[in-house]
Amino acid sequence: MGKLIVQRLGLGVVTLALVSVLVFAGTELLPGDVAAAILGQNATPESLAALREQLGLNAGPVARYLGWAAGIVQGDLGVSLANRQPVGELLWPRFWNTMALAGYAAVIAVPLAVGLGIASAAFRGSLFDRVATLVALATVSLPEYFLGLLLILFVSVQYGLLPSLADTWSGMGLAAWLKATTLPMLVLVLVTVAQIMRMTRTTVLAVMDQPYIETAYLKGMRNGRVVLRHAAPNALAPIVNVVAFNLTYLIAGVVLVESIFNYNGLGRFMVDAVSKRDLPMVQAAAMVFAAVYVVLNLVADVAAIALNPRLRHPRAKEV
Amino acid sequence: MTTRGTGLQIGRRGLLAGAAGLSALSLLPGQLRAEDAPKRGGLLRMGIGGGSTTDDFDLRKLNDWVPVNQAYMVMNGLVEIDADNIARPELFESWEAGAGALEWVFKVRQGVTFHNGKTLTADDVVYSLNLHRGDSSSAARSVAAAFADVQKLSEHEVKITLASGNADLPYVLSDYHFLVVPAGFDDWANPIGTGPFIPESIEPGVRARFTRNPNYWKPGCANVDAVEVIVINDIAARTNALMSGQVQAINSLDFKTVDLLARNKTLQIVRSKGGQHYTFLMDCTQAPFTDVNLRQAVKYAVNREQLLQTALLGYGTLGNDHPIPVTDRFFNTELAQRAYDPEKAKFFLKQAGMDGLKLTLQSSDAAFPGAVDAAAIYRTAAAPAGIEVSIQREPADGYWDNVWMKAPFCMSYWGGRPTADQMLTIAYSSASAQNDTHWANADFDRLLGEARALLDDEKRREIYWELQRMIHDEGGAMIPMFGDYLDGVSKKVKGVTPHPMFNLMGARLAEKVWLDS
Repeated sequence: MGKLIVQRLGLGVVTLALVSVLVFAGTELLPGDVAAAILGQNATPESLAALREQLGLNAGPVARYLGWAAGIVQGDLGVSLANRQPVGELLWPRFWNTMALAGYAAVIAVPLAVGLGIASAAFRGSLFDRVATLVALATVSLPEYFLGLLLILFVSVQYGLLPSLADTWSGMGLAAWLKATTLPMLVLVLVTVAQIMRMTRTTVLAVMDQPYIETAYLKGMRNGRVVLRHAAPNALAPIVNVVAFNLTYLIAGVVLVESIFNYNGLGRFMVDAVSKRDLPMVQAAAMVFAAVYVVLNLVADVAAIALNPRLRHPRAKEV
Repeated sequence: MTTRGTGLQIGRRGLLAGAAGLSALSLLPGQLRAEDAPKRGGLLRMGIGGGSTTDDFDLRKLNDWVPVNQAYMVMNGLVEIDADNIARPELFESWEAGAGALEWVFKVRQGVTFHNGKTLTADDVVYSLNLHRGDSSSAARSVAAAFADVQKLSEHEVKITLASGNADLPYVLSDYHFLVVPAGFDDWANPIGTGPFIPESIEPGVRARFTRNPNYWKPGCANVDAVEVIVINDIAARTNALMSGQVQAINSLDFKTVDLLARNKTLQIVRSKGGQHYTFLMDCTQAPFTDVNLRQAVKYAVNREQLLQTALLGYGTLGNDHPIPVTDRFFNTELAQRAYDPEKAKFFLKQAGMDGLKLTLQSSDAAFPGAVDAAAIYRTAAAPAGIEVSIQREPADGYWDNVWMKAPFCMSYWGGRPTADQMLTIAYSSASAQNDTHWANADFDRLLGEARALLDDEKRREIYWELQRMIHDEGGAMIPMFGDYLDGVSKKVKGVTPHPMFNLMGARLAEKVWLDS
């Protein structure tokens, strides 16, 4: 098992290296350059040339990539072209903001979804099963921005229960933070619950059709105990996978939600950076998103290996 | 960035309510008195679009609405443009022009202190102006290039010598890049100024908080105890924040939803007429627009009224193919408004020896929100005139870099400028780097230079009228409409007026308003 995990880690590093090349090449292909974006319509050829020189945009792409990649390996994300501040200082607080929002949503969504999924499986075909499935499918079918605007319209504008802006700042109290971020959290929960729930239900049901479960029932065990003790643990690996997949979605896919609620996270940061042509910031943000994606998938893989007895205890020479 | 305001805009609803009874009218004077007196105190929360993580207060790079509004909270300009588009003294207390408007002496206001306690002197003014001069990456570099010399005469006098005479120099100095910082200052993340508010915390692109400057010099201003700015770039999020009461003022309303927003009784819609206008640019150096007849044909083939009603929902005024707005003191009132006339367009096509014309119009919503729709409206109107327009939609990304000034036929906009001279110079003089129709006319250039140095307003008026006519008849820009600046402000915020320069009272709303308790 150790070897498998090391292999996975190695693959992760290779993936990240490839991603860095793609990110760099992708940003090179963007039309326009940062000097033009900073000066906007006020640009004149002289002021453009002066600014380009000052920003070091005249070096070749390969040289700039190597310099940038070397910096990343040492944890140096570079310097913003627009205001010469270290990208790391701008990026990490927003990264943690995004993680906090994703974490808040995950803490609610994952137990809720897994619980609902197991319950649906346990009461397969019941009214509860059908209603839960219907509601989950309905919410996942609506795009985030529509759900978000609906919630704002009713919860914020009509009834004034919760703020429509997820306006947060460092040093605010936990209660205030929870209040500010509850609406975006709800949107994220609504769009992620369905998939985890359906996947949980399906895998638990697949296990429930196995002969050993029938044996358990024939032994006279109660439904709840069969589901929780015998079926659920064996269905865990695929569930962990789909949960990990949804967590990466929570972190990488929050761009829209952050923009609807004006939340100061990594997604909005990246949108800002792209519109200002601030390539070091775009590249750093893209790398962080990619790293999160790779790491979470790695964790899912490792967890799946760790939870799978057949992979945990491989038999010597059996194929 | 242009002309005269139109006086306080009373919301339609307010107007109707006012007509409801005479008793309401008789109460009005008393109410006005109570409202006229600024009240001290309270927290003003503003949601402003147009900010980014990398914003700072570097005066050379100011070009987005959040930094510009915040800069006016912390700093003062040299000259202020008032609601009637007149240049008023700010840190320059008074000025005098020499013969030919070539040499100007400005008196620096005395008794003004910076937030760090330093007293304002001529050195600070000279330093701040020099930021944009010479080998600078400043966005105002071309404007400042006209200053041949900036010289300190005494502790409170500055002399500016121009390369060529300009009677509008005070207006030129009202540019938002020409704000004043202490001499030698360059810590742009932690700005120091003489302005109405002192920064307490600034998180660029996110939020900032400013507290009242207890020593502020301008009377009747800096009324609220603190201002919070929340950066909200998304128009829907900004509107929601205003409706749910999380902020009390937002900028740049969406033309499409402003009528719905006006129904909300707790809000006032501030509609400011200005010089912001939208253009269809024909490159006069590229085929087929080298022929002035074809340019005329294109100008007659647009249904301006329809465009104004559809693209701006009526929140603007008709354009007459020149960039001077109706509210400018030099607006040519005798030039007939060009109307939609397919027959005349056909006539001009014939003059050019053509039966029909095929054009590709490059468009993007980067030019202005709704530009692609406007292009489609133009296509429909142009067809009966024998002009077949195909629309090529360009990505908003990189539009200014790749399409504007390069395509033979594309769409764009201009923010207004405080004076006719500035507007005509930047976009139509052949020497300008931003002459986006590449139109070159030696007579035009000569007259423009002549008018600039004249101190006699009547003579200038004659020349500016002629220049407008020249652009109207020969220029490469089809200018169908001017758009208003629209802001949404809570009715609890008092002292809000329209302003000809940009949104939010010329970016000075925080300085002027007060809160109703």
